[in-house]
Amino acid sequence: MTSITVNVDGASYTDEVEPRMLLVQYLREQLGKTGTVVGCDTTNCGACTVHLDGRSVKSCSVLAVQADGHEVTTIEGLATNGELHPMQEAFHESHALQCGYCTPGMIMQAIDLLMDNPDPSEQEVREGLEGNLCRCTGYQNIVKAVRAAAKAGA
Amino acid sequence: MIPARFDYHAPTTLDEAVRLLAEAGDEAKVLAGGQSLLPVLRLRLAAPEVVVDLGRVDELRGVREDGDTLVIGAMTSHAEVAASDAVRRHARVLSEAAATVADPQVRHRGTIGGAIAHADPAGDMPAPVLALGGELVVGGPGGRRTVPADDFFEDLFTTALGDDEILVEVRIPSHQGWGGHYAKFTRVAQQWSIVAVAAAVRTEGGSIAEAKVALTNMGSTAVRATAVEQALVGAEPSDEAVRAAAAQAAEGTSPPSDINGDADFRRNLATVLTRRAVLAAAGS
Amino acid sequence: MTATTDAPAMEVGRDRRRKEDRRLITGRTRWTDNLSAPGMLHIAMVRSPVAHATIGAVNVKAAQEASGVVAVVTGADLADEQGTLPNVWSITPDQKVPPHPSVAVDTVRFAGEVVAVVVARSAAEARDAIELVDVDYDDLPVVLDTRDALADGATILHPDLGTNESAHLVLDFQTEGAAGNVDAVIETASKDGIVFEREYEQQRLIPAFMEPRSMLCDPTGEQIVLWSATQIPHVLRVLLALSLGVSESKLRVVAPDVGGGFGGKLQVTPEEFITVLVARRLGKPCKYTETRSESLMVAHHGRAQHQKLTLAAKKDGTVTGLKVELEADMGAYLSLLGGGTPTLGAFMFNAIYKFDAYRFDLRTVFTNKAWTDAYRGAGRPEATFGIERLMDDFAHELGMDPLELREKNWIRHEEFPFTTVAGLEYDSGNYEAATAKAKELFGYDELRAEQAERRDRKDPVQLGIGVSTYTEMCGLAPSRILGALSYAAGGWEHASVRMLPTGKVEVITGSSAHGQGHETAWSQIAADALGVDFDDIEVLHGDTAVASRGMDTYGSRSLVVGGMAVVAAAEKVVEKAKVIAAHMLEASPDDVDFAGGAFSVRGTDQAKSMAEVAFAAFAAHDLPDGVEPTLEGDATIDPNTFSYPHGTHLCAVEVDTETGQVTIRKYVCVDDIGKVVNPLIVEGQVHGGVVQGIAQALFEEAVYDESGTLVTGSFTDYLVPSAADLPTMVTDRTETPATTNPLGVKGVGEAGTIASTPAVVNAAVDALRPYGVDDITMPLSPQRVWRAIQDGADR
Repeated sequence: MTSITVNVDGASYTDEVEPRMLLVQYLREQLGKTGTVVGCDTTNCGACTVHLDGRSVKSCSVLAVQADGHEVTTIEGLATNGELHPMQEAFHESHALQCGYCTPGMIMQAIDLLMDNPDPSEQEVREGLEGNLCRCTGYQNIVKAVRAAAKAGA
Repeated sequence: MIPARFDYHAPTTLDEAVRLLAEAGDEAKVLAGGQSLLPVLRLRLAAPEVVVDLGRVDELRGVREDGDTLVIGAMTSHAEVAASDAVRRHARVLSEAAATVADPQVRHRGTIGGAIAHADPAGDMPAPVLALGGELVVGGPGGRRTVPADDFFEDLFTTALGDDEILVEVRIPSHQGWGGHYAKFTRVAQQWSIVAVAAAVRTEGGSIAEAKVALTNMGSTAVRATAVEQALVGAEPSDEAVRAAAAQAAEGTSPPSDINGDADFRRNLATVLTRRAVLAAAGS
Repeated sequence: MTATTDAPAMEVGRDRRRKEDRRLITGRTRWTDNLSAPGMLHIAMVRSPVAHATIGAVNVKAAQEASGVVAVVTGADLADEQGTLPNVWSITPDQKVPPHPSVAVDTVRFAGEVVAVVVARSAAEARDAIELVDVDYDDLPVVLDTRDALADGATILHPDLGTNESAHLVLDFQTEGAAGNVDAVIETASKDGIVFEREYEQQRLIPAFMEPRSMLCDPTGEQIVLWSATQIPHVLRVLLALSLGVSESKLRVVAPDVGGGFGGKLQVTPEEFITVLVARRLGKPCKYTETRSESLMVAHHGRAQHQKLTLAAKKDGTVTGLKVELEADMGAYLSLLGGGTPTLGAFMFNAIYKFDAYRFDLRTVFTNKAWTDAYRGAGRPEATFGIERLMDDFAHELGMDPLELREKNWIRHEEFPFTTVAGLEYDSGNYEAATAKAKELFGYDELRAEQAERRDRKDPVQLGIGVSTYTEMCGLAPSRILGALSYAAGGWEHASVRMLPTGKVEVITGSSAHGQGHETAWSQIAADALGVDFDDIEVLHGDTAVASRGMDTYGSRSLVVGGMAVVAAAEKVVEKAKVIAAHMLEASPDDVDFAGGAFSVRGTDQAKSMAEVAFAAFAAHDLPDGVEPTLEGDATIDPNTFSYPHGTHLCAVEVDTETGQVTIRKYVCVDDIGKVVNPLIVEGQVHGGVVQGIAQALFEEAVYDESGTLVTGSFTDYLVPSAADLPTMVTDRTETPATTNPLGVKGVGEAGTIASTPAVVNAAVDALRPYGVDDITMPLSPQRVWRAIQDGADR
């Protein structure tokens, strides 16, 4: 077991974990932050996307021990004082989710996308989301939501 | 989904990392960005007893210029390589290739050193490094040694790295002023290359003075398309002339056959992509 | 209280944003894998690595002794109680249904079949221990294609059956005016018409919902509770009771948040049986969550048919007869619907066209692969693909524009209601209007001109245009028809609408949404029906203890059947409330009007709100004679007929002839789904459906190697496309209301998928006709397209 201290969604946690524990498992099982989910086992689907030190990563492909001393933001840390993040609002407005399983990862990646490119074209949004799979929406409204969020200055 | 148990070390210096590897013998795996290793561990295709994490060895990170040489630390992420002005200036084709790896999240974690050491034949890092005549600096118990890219990639997932050695940095002679393009063919965007071509071209007086071309996934390692390179010397950067040279792209290659393409199809892709990559590099 | 004079805006037809979203966009979700129970144990499955073998010894000692392991259970241990997984559809009276144990006892018949079950105190320990279970397998020959399975001397998967054929169904249809059956019609055409034959392949697909299946069984209460990421909590409950000998009243099934299904979670699974049996045996809550690798390997696959179509027509292109011969790959065992899935397509091959005679000949066949069952469209996309490819190919044969050929043969708008040769009465439709709109949005003539130009200059990038004019049958289904087809259950749906004393509303639905937005749509329906605020309505579903009656969600049935049940239940509430209100207002119910959520005496300003009536019904101080306290309405709707949405999809593709890459340049869909409750939700369903159809055309296939191992066992190889791989589509609608339900709705969940696959393939083939290409097997990978061009050049 290894001791780690991680700041998650603004709070600091110290825990003993097995080195083999994936960050996504640490979030879900140890911290009870079940908003972040697992969708595959080959780093393809992106459902587990969180921010690590402000950049998007697939939390299934980071060990919890690698996050020791670092900052993690999950979907649950986005809303401040009950107010939704503009990207969350945009997804809701644009009907950019159906079953919602891919949604946390999609939202986290979309936010990261806008950090690199605050005013992306439709094609740039599509390419920026190449690591996030959705089976329900066909992506059309997701692209719409991200561009709406960009316009709103997200 | 859940890896087998392992012991974990997170050294903060290269020397410490080398020492840990030596102690573990062949039971250890090096963890760089983890974007290739962790999927392998999760599927239990490997179950090392020890994992040595280079994530805290800061001396392995960063891009710098050392005279006429571009130096990229092994632990520099694909995203950092792709965003680096220095890389774009000195090694344009490498910059482009780094931007095509997998997807943004993977690029934030995956590293150039990890990708090169892993030596997946479908990986995008070896071909540009090979094309540009790069060198790999390796650190081991006996100190550092430099291996030319031509000698580094030995076979599928096999490089000149010993069990107790770590890739320290990638050194690339500056190709400032050269055009470069990485043409990558996939069925879906985040996929590994089915075939890809790294091309760097120097034009002089309206024709191609020199060309360097290397192929991804046309064999067990990246390969230089030397016949093409020779045929391009003095050629016009026109569709016709480049097409003729590119027709030799598959010479000497042994492309795999899998569900994404059989060997014939890959040979065809190699010629088409070589033509497109060279034309783009000549125009860029 | 005085009556309110401003009526709330009509909810039905509004672009209401969804109630479901809040919890989903903030991660406050209740996926089954999130759940835990005190003392919960974790299950991991030991799965066969081989496709066909007898099982020798199963050595569990090392696993039993491993850290954290509580039990290791084998097929032999469960042999007496595990029964057999059910099949509920006998497509023929002599359909052969092999026994299907959840845990294999003496033989494994597909790679991934469960051979032993490890139960441990943590998921990691369970996972570690499965590697310690040592199983001896004696390999048997592997059968991987239906043709091989039916050939003489083939290895028989289920020796007791004596054959690999589960059923052979032949349906022979002809219209009253026909000169005879399809053989006669084909005979006539062979003499002075045209007989046109084609074979097509429907590849094996994987539904690949984003949420891996997960289940938790808690046996410790008075009722055994099973939480499962399922589309069918009600059906599952009944079948668990029947198959496992658990008293149905001792069983509660809950589908919490479910992350997509697409028919893939319409199943009664070995994993669910195992979880219940093991939990019951150990007396402890047990959870199983599959990995994606397991999911792709063993959660049921879809499609998988060899198709042969024979068309009889007059020389001018008027179709007269259609013969369809299918071999459908069932996999190693018969699934819940089994042969029923391709059977649903029986009624759709004739599509929107007027045939005199039609025969549907289906063989369902076992192979050593994962079982197959419903996947978005369940039999109907396969049928639409066959007929729409055929029509495009036939048009080319005749030198006729493909849209012109459709128009020549489709049911004219004035001819509705129209009874097809397959015996279904299509209530309404307007193929002309949808097609005209689609053509205009598409720029059909301009794109044809561009195609001609590119052909002239032999551009290495060619343009192709594909057509798909589809209809589908949904709103599954009238129970009497299901009975006639020997499906074991009915197709009704139930709803309760409950006015709470404080004026809020609970709508309890037997539908089981997994992304379709029922909470929002049912609220819209109830809000209009009751005159109550959209936000005052709570829709409850998915828990058999709460929504006690239901037939769950699949087959684009929920709005058409479930939504109508909500309408009917709400009407009953209004009826009863009116009687109570009249009594409160001292008037006759005949003199009381209901509008804007209030009951008023006609010609006066005397009124009572629905909320006041609800409280009065609760207090029950002064109710009229014969009226029971509380205000609730209950309705179970059994549809009389199917509903028939239709549409025209047009697709333009660019084909890079040097690499074989196919890119969609433009995709236009005009769908007619009758009246629309929530346009936003409808569009979303169309987007998602179209993309799954495109994915079948271009990207997806479940591939096995010669040993029966699934090669496409992860998303690295099973190519579900991302946003970067897909176009933005243009969607529009025409509206021809259904005449068979009060809202005029038709259902939309599967329509996009049904339409799009042939549109894309037709487009690619159209692009490459000058290259000697007349068909390409799906998925149209660059390799296949390039190879088709090379082969075409050789002809």
